[in-house]
Amino acid sequence: MQMSPSPYNLPDATGHFGPYGGVYMAETLIPAVEELRDQYLRFRDDPEFKAEFAYELKHYVGRPSPIYHARRLSDDLGGAQIYLKREDLNHTGAHKINNAIGQALLAKRMGKKRVIAETGAGMHGVATATVAARFGMECIVYMGADDIQRQAPNVFRMKLLGATVVPVVSGSRTLKDACNEAIRDWVTNVETTFYIFGTAAGPHPYPMMVRDFQCVIGNEAKVQMLEMAGRQPDAVIACVGGGSNAIGLFHPYIEEAGVQIIGVEAGGHGLASGQHAAPLTGNAKVGVLHGNKVYLMQDADGQIIETHSISAGLDYPGVGPEHCVLKDLGRAQYVAATDDEALAAFDALCRFEGIIPALESSHALAHAIKIAPGLSRDQILLVNLSGRGDKDMNTVARIKGITL
Amino acid sequence: MNHAVNRIQTTFERLAQAGRKALIPFITAGDPAQDRTVPLMHTLVQAGADVIELGVPFSDPMADGPTIQRASERALRNGMTLRGVLTMVAEFRQQDSVTPVVLMGYGNPIEAMGWATFAQRCAEVGVDGVLTVDFPPEESHEAFEHLQRHNIAPIFLLAPTTNEARIQQVAQLARGYVYYVSLKGVTGAGHLDIAAIAEKMPQLRRHIRLPIGVGFGIRDGDTARQVADVSDAVVIGSRIVQEIEASAPEALLENVKRFVAGVRAALDK
Repeated sequence: MQMSPSPYNLPDATGHFGPYGGVYMAETLIPAVEELRDQYLRFRDDPEFKAEFAYELKHYVGRPSPIYHARRLSDDLGGAQIYLKREDLNHTGAHKINNAIGQALLAKRMGKKRVIAETGAGMHGVATATVAARFGMECIVYMGADDIQRQAPNVFRMKLLGATVVPVVSGSRTLKDACNEAIRDWVTNVETTFYIFGTAAGPHPYPMMVRDFQCVIGNEAKVQMLEMAGRQPDAVIACVGGGSNAIGLFHPYIEEAGVQIIGVEAGGHGLASGQHAAPLTGNAKVGVLHGNKVYLMQDADGQIIETHSISAGLDYPGVGPEHCVLKDLGRAQYVAATDDEALAAFDALCRFEGIIPALESSHALAHAIKIAPGLSRDQILLVNLSGRGDKDMNTVARIKGITL
Repeated sequence: MNHAVNRIQTTFERLAQAGRKALIPFITAGDPAQDRTVPLMHTLVQAGADVIELGVPFSDPMADGPTIQRASERALRNGMTLRGVLTMVAEFRQQDSVTPVVLMGYGNPIEAMGWATFAQRCAEVGVDGVLTVDFPPEESHEAFEHLQRHNIAPIFLLAPTTNEARIQQVAQLARGYVYYVSLKGVTGAGHLDIAAIAEKMPQLRRHIRLPIGVGFGIRDGDTARQVADVSDAVVIGSRIVQEIEASAPEALLENVKRFVAGVRAALDK
């Protein structure tokens, strides 16, 4: 099904992206998400709010992030030109800060002095701890016990920034369980607490709000590509876990009919192995988790299954509702890159360009590396380099059999 | 034919005539073992339960505290599925055709089965009500339609944070009884505020014609009695699950019976 881009205006007023999204939350939290929705709708077009957000992005985050033409890598592949949107150069090292700043500014206006967050790879936790320090808020970050092992440097960063990091030992001890625990905190402390949710998923208005804050990526890219290449890319490519860096790049390009949109999920040990985190490409059924209806990895009885990815930030059984509808509409294509492909891409970017990418972003890069040789040299692939790889040193060293 | 809703209605009408309050214990199906659930249900009735809330375990019980999380994990490790829970209700009904059974859990296992199939199976096995914690009225259109078709009562939650407009909305959709979550927090939390519940009740009663049950934070006969003074029914979950968790296999039924009977006695004082 090919959609005509012009009428695309999702979500609807009730937070639905076609059949996806919604507000699937326990009653205690419904008034909180309704208040959040009303406050966000009030401030999103407020000139003062927009000006403060723009100021913080420029002076605190360091935006606009540049676009970089990866010439040596492109030459080696011998096909399409690979351009990188350098979200890794943001303050705190990933795109997550864009959204954390936006939500913190909203929390400030709502008079909330305590913020909580879930984190997988730790980048959203670091971003939240950072903005909490910046705005003088108490910060609690929930993180799966296994992820705390995988991402020790980020745990230390959060603590340096004054946040309390709470290990989550229930369930699969990863991102989804951190979400569960953050929701439990929110339901208990709903009046004082703002939940800074890290991805473009969850109950309405989060998928819309996080997307809006992350759209700075795509909006900048559209201007920068014209300046650099005189035209828009043939395809935009981003990794998809929950999908916030991807939707931030994709959304402004939905109306650009000539631009192909490609989301890259975590293929883990391969889709056939069942050990992956690719609900869109792995033909997962639609289900309900963490406040929204989305493609969701589950067993035949509707229990959420444990996912696998080398990258903690993509290790999540669901995906944001807007990606679900973009897949159904055919406006975006979703593919998967395996752990091994991501690692090869990680190495390639280190060696050819002197850039150490996050393992999450390496998935997007892996797909670009896969398709570039089959394209002509005048074609352009714009890859969202959503984060830097410093946090992944331990993981990569372990895989290479090196003790740090 | 209106058996399903009537079983809950009949129970509350009988209690009202007798001037008694309903006792609604919660257990998780499959905890501590699959073959213990039906005997536990009968034990609950013998100890004075009026309605049984039977928890359907879910891998991600976001609204539950550690006690019921552990019960869900035990039940899932024991291979408990939604299909299996429905079979247990059928088995329970072979000996008990009177006590209402309400399934309580999260929506995804039902979504996976499909609401049409689920509602039909509920009617076949004798389920009387369904409470899906993460499906508020706004997202319950499909669920409501199928449950209504088979006269299964959709049970909804109300919370201290629920405003007047939402109370009205729930009043229109709810059947059976309404479950008031007595505190902001997850199941098993400890800070019960009877005065706050009493204060909220008139606002609820203005719109809700159904019996109102109160749960979350009720731990013994004393707190149950105080809650019953301002409501129609008392729901006890985590405290019973703790009893199950702490009991040796041979003492399980006896311990649960003693605890629930104690609460019953306090309610009937």
